[in-house]
Amino acid sequence: MIRNNQARPTPEGQLEHRYDGIAKVTGKAKYAAEFTEPFPKKDLVYAYIVHSTIPSGSIASIDQKEAERAFGVIAILTPFNVPKLTSAKPHNLSILQDTDVHYNGQPIAVVLASSLPFARQAARMLTIKYNQQPAKLNFMGRLDEARPPKQGGREQPGTQRGDLAASMAKATVTVDETYITPLQNHNPMEPHATIAWWEGEELNVYDGTQYISGVKMSLARILNLPLENVHVQCPYTGGGFGSKGTAWSHVTLAAMAAKVVQKPVKLVLERNQMFGPVGTRPTTVNKIKIGADASGKIVGIQHDAIMNTSVMDDFVEHSAGTSRMLYNSEANATTEKMVEMNLGMGTYMRAPGEATGTAVLEIAMDELAHKLKMDPVQLRLVNYAETDPSRNRPFSSKHLRECYTQAAENFGWSKRNAEPGQKTEGNKQIGYGMATATYPANRSAASAIVRILPNGRVFAGSGTQDIGTGMYTIMAQTAAAALGLDPTLVDVKLGDSALPKAPVSGGSQSTASVLPAVDAAARQAKLKLFQLAMQDTHSPLYNAKDTDIETKDGHIFLKSNPSTGESFTALLTRNGAAPIEAEGSAEPGPDKNSMTTQSFGAVFAEVAVDKDTHMVQVRRVVGTYDIGTLMNNKTGLNQLMGGIVWGVGFALHEEAVIDPVYGRTVNGNFADYHVPVNADIGDIDVSVLNIPDTKFNPLGSRGIGEIGITGAAAAVANAIYNATGKRVRNYPMTPDKIMQA
Amino acid sequence: MNPFAYQRVEAPDAALQAIAIHNAKFLGGGTNLVDLMKDGVESPSTLIDINHIGLNKVLVNANGATIGALVRNSDLANDPAIVAHYPLLSHALLSGASPQLRNMATTGGNLMQRTRCFYFMDTAFPACNKRVPGSGCAAIQGFNRIHAILGQTDEGATSAHTCIATNPSDMNVALAALDAKVEIQSAKGKRTLPLADFHRLPGTTPEVDTNLHPDELIVAVTLPPAKFAKNSWYLKVRDRQSYAFALVSVAAGLEMDGDTIRSAGLALGGVAHKPWRSPEAEHALAGKPATRETFQRAAELAVAGAKPYEHNAFKVELAKQSIVRALTQASKGAQA
Ligand SMILES: Cc1cc2nc3c(=O)[nH]c(=O)nc-3n(C[C@H](O)[C@H](O)[C@H](O)COP(=O)(O)OP(=O)(O)OC[C@H]3O[C@@H](n4cnc5c(N)ncnc54)[C@H](O)[C@@H]3O)c2cc1C
Ligand code: SF4
Repeated sequence: MIRNNQARPTPEGQLEHRYDGIAKVTGKAKYAAEFTEPFPKKDLVYAYIVHSTIPSGSIASIDQKEAERAFGVIAILTPFNVPKLTSAKPHNLSILQDTDVHYNGQPIAVVLASSLPFARQAARMLTIKYNQQPAKLNFMGRLDEARPPKQGGREQPGTQRGDLAASMAKATVTVDETYITPLQNHNPMEPHATIAWWEGEELNVYDGTQYISGVKMSLARILNLPLENVHVQCPYTGGGFGSKGTAWSHVTLAAMAAKVVQKPVKLVLERNQMFGPVGTRPTTVNKIKIGADASGKIVGIQHDAIMNTSVMDDFVEHSAGTSRMLYNSEANATTEKMVEMNLGMGTYMRAPGEATGTAVLEIAMDELAHKLKMDPVQLRLVNYAETDPSRNRPFSSKHLRECYTQAAENFGWSKRNAEPGQKTEGNKQIGYGMATATYPANRSAASAIVRILPNGRVFAGSGTQDIGTGMYTIMAQTAAAALGLDPTLVDVKLGDSALPKAPVSGGSQSTASVLPAVDAAARQAKLKLFQLAMQDTHSPLYNAKDTDIETKDGHIFLKSNPSTGESFTALLTRNGAAPIEAEGSAEPGPDKNSMTTQSFGAVFAEVAVDKDTHMVQVRRVVGTYDIGTLMNNKTGLNQLMGGIVWGVGFALHEEAVIDPVYGRTVNGNFADYHVPVNADIGDIDVSVLNIPDTKFNPLGSRGIGEIGITGAAAAVANAIYNATGKRVRNYPMTPDKIMQA
Repeated sequence: MNPFAYQRVEAPDAALQAIAIHNAKFLGGGTNLVDLMKDGVESPSTLIDINHIGLNKVLVNANGATIGALVRNSDLANDPAIVAHYPLLSHALLSGASPQLRNMATTGGNLMQRTRCFYFMDTAFPACNKRVPGSGCAAIQGFNRIHAILGQTDEGATSAHTCIATNPSDMNVALAALDAKVEIQSAKGKRTLPLADFHRLPGTTPEVDTNLHPDELIVAVTLPPAKFAKNSWYLKVRDRQSYAFALVSVAAGLEMDGDTIRSAGLALGGVAHKPWRSPEAEHALAGKPATRETFQRAAELAVAGAKPYEHNAFKVELAKQSIVRALTQASKGAQA
């Protein structure tokens, strides 16, 4: 087990510090908006997006005469003057191809000027007239209009197993409640930003993204360009959490604008413009019914979810997905339906489906445990799913039981008073709560390139992204491990579409997808190195068999006699000082569909709730996770902790509020859209079992970017109940809701 | 941001001359004004930078305290004499904003900070009487969780008089309970306003926050001799532990005589267009034993006549619970 609050040496083969840590803290790491090359800096044109101020209708006219005359203005793009595209317009983007307005905050014009303040100022001088239409804004009042999704998401929107009515009839204890999660926005620290410039018919962009290949494909498709004409770079991404997995409208708008003004164009969204145009996590209303027999065995689970969707296109937040597979139940039925609203698109947001799904299901489980007078951990053990009940197939590797035991022990769960409202300290009520965490282990095809250089260093490259998670670090480690070299001798390049292709940094899949490709490329390069030595009459390894050769510390030598060998450098120098290069690819194996690959965890929280102000302090959170092999202690545990912090924010703070009349986010800024601050976070104790899942991939590692947020919100919610005896079923659990519960 | 001129002045007299420029505004720490300018809510022609005119001393003696208008919120909160004699003020200040903001924010600027009403702060909303007089009030039918329950003007969403905004300051609540006065200077001379008369209710002119005229400079805030140094409490209820405006706040000061309350200062934040001082509640506390019943009665009186909205109905009960708590704490001693 590896635990964050225990001193431990850096394991062999791991980098102690982040590969990019020094560059980041010294400001040398450049994010998309910071580039002033290769174009002349003085040529840079600043773009500012003008957004709609009505939720539904169309733009009747835009008077731009005054704005055009404003100081520094170069051009103004509107639906009335923008070059029309020949490609089909994507439903989820607003790229000025028509005058339709689908939500308040939608991009409807772009002002280009010689500085950002000039562009912003001119934007205010536009006179925009609308033809307003009635808008669909009331969500809770229109739940009866819910319909199935137009096209499926990544899972089935409705499932049925067994005979629910018959099974439920056997229940001696039932929980039947409705749980709500609010609209949320990702809010990565780095705002979305694009710099675009053209060289003839070649389009170049710097873009803050989770998916350079996706940006490349989107731009090529929308602008009708050959794929090879589009070049995308993103060496660092300041977080994305799903909101940078898609190339949203601003990316295309920047490219279109650069074409119009024939200059490089920089377009950076303001914080307020990140509430709508770059995706939201939909509101979900979850009616959950769980029936159990007297022993606590679940006989039936019914989960009917209704979420909001955009009038532009559907996005399914699979909040019912978790209820299909987390626990055994004789019968199981779920539905997912949507209510259309005049809002921006829904999209993936950290643990889409599982964050909301565990937030609601795990309160219902706590309610069930309370009704059964059973320990919540015990209830979960009674209904432990050894195999995946939703797909009726084995897990590649599941050690959730150990997570419960370990986390409970680290937390001191045995000291919990099962009766709520019993433990007080002065004006504070103290409570303990727990929940299960889970997130699928995803993997896609990826490629990488590795070069062994004559100077003793190694280059590893892949067209993946580092979204703050540590991809640079673990790519270096993987190449180093495969080649037998210190990881500090590896130079990594990523975030460039000229490199071999890798998938979106989403779905916690990059580690499991990209590292096997780096590993394969490094092994190929190593074989080539072997060949070189074996064919080199001057090499001590001349004529040796490749199976007899090994590498370590930058040396190639005979396994049987390590003193017979030489350094990579000596071998390469003697052979013309050319680097050895190899590409490698990896993809999920053919047995992919014969098993479920899934991570699990157990998370426990202690809260103190003030009896008069009803403010909640999360004193500590303890989580233990089964995520396969941990590739790097620092970057890995960090992500789990960050996920937990977000879980605390999910429980207590986060909610984007839509004005019921104007349809605009009223709290679209960091003063009013609350996320946890330091004072909100107590001690966080995370640990991982570190049991390799080699059926999933050769490195045994499952992704960890998202699982941390799952379960954490419910653990806090359940702790609030244990502290106060008040059951809040509507996130976020602000003081007013607790007072009124 | 609109283009604007910037003028730095070195003395109060120069500031008063400069403010004669049409649509000029004083610049204190800039933590409120500059944000509003960037977002197009305010567009002064000229910023008169008063950061170098002096007025940055805190003086505490037997007659009370004089706080210069340019004293930074951090300096005031940490001034040893203020901490010793007016801990209520110190705690109120420290509960506000963040250290970085408090390092910039000035006493005068804090007194003058504008409401955080969502519809006021975002020009994309067409209706806000405070921002665009006569445009109506979007908060009435909108999301009014942070809005007023006392003293507001509500003649309907479309009336030019309607405004249910709150004064967001923590400092002002403590100043109200402490019976502060605001010293004001203009080209015409000096005047003093009790804090209770400095901020105003919206009445029929919600665009006007205070009774300070546009050409007047706040030079100081004065406090009477400290009565509540031993028994006071500032309680702030908010959505997170720090860096959030109050849902409801209470400044409670008690002058104790054994277990009996000799006199009390009680003000609420987050409930009205101005810090809500309740003379009725203070009166009900005076001469009474410091018991829960006494505090509950004061709490009832303090929120009497409250008129809540769809999203802020909780404030009535929350305010009462908070008052009882703050008074209970104050009766036990000073806040640590
Ligand atoms: C994110 C955020 C969170 C915050 N949280 C809190 C909080 O929790 N609690 C709280 O109380 N406050 C909070 N604040 C508000 C903060 O306290 C105010 O912004 C600050 O007090 C304003 O002071 P300033 O000197 O910066 O004013 P400025 O922005 O410089 O000026 C504000 C106004 O006062 C006028 N003015 C300034 N000085 C004088 C003078 N001497 N005479 C006449 N007029 C003058 C200016 O012309 C301007 O109109 C927060 C602010 C932000 C941005
Ligand atoms: S409450 Fe006042 S500030 Fe808010 S929208 Fe209404 S008029 Fe404007």
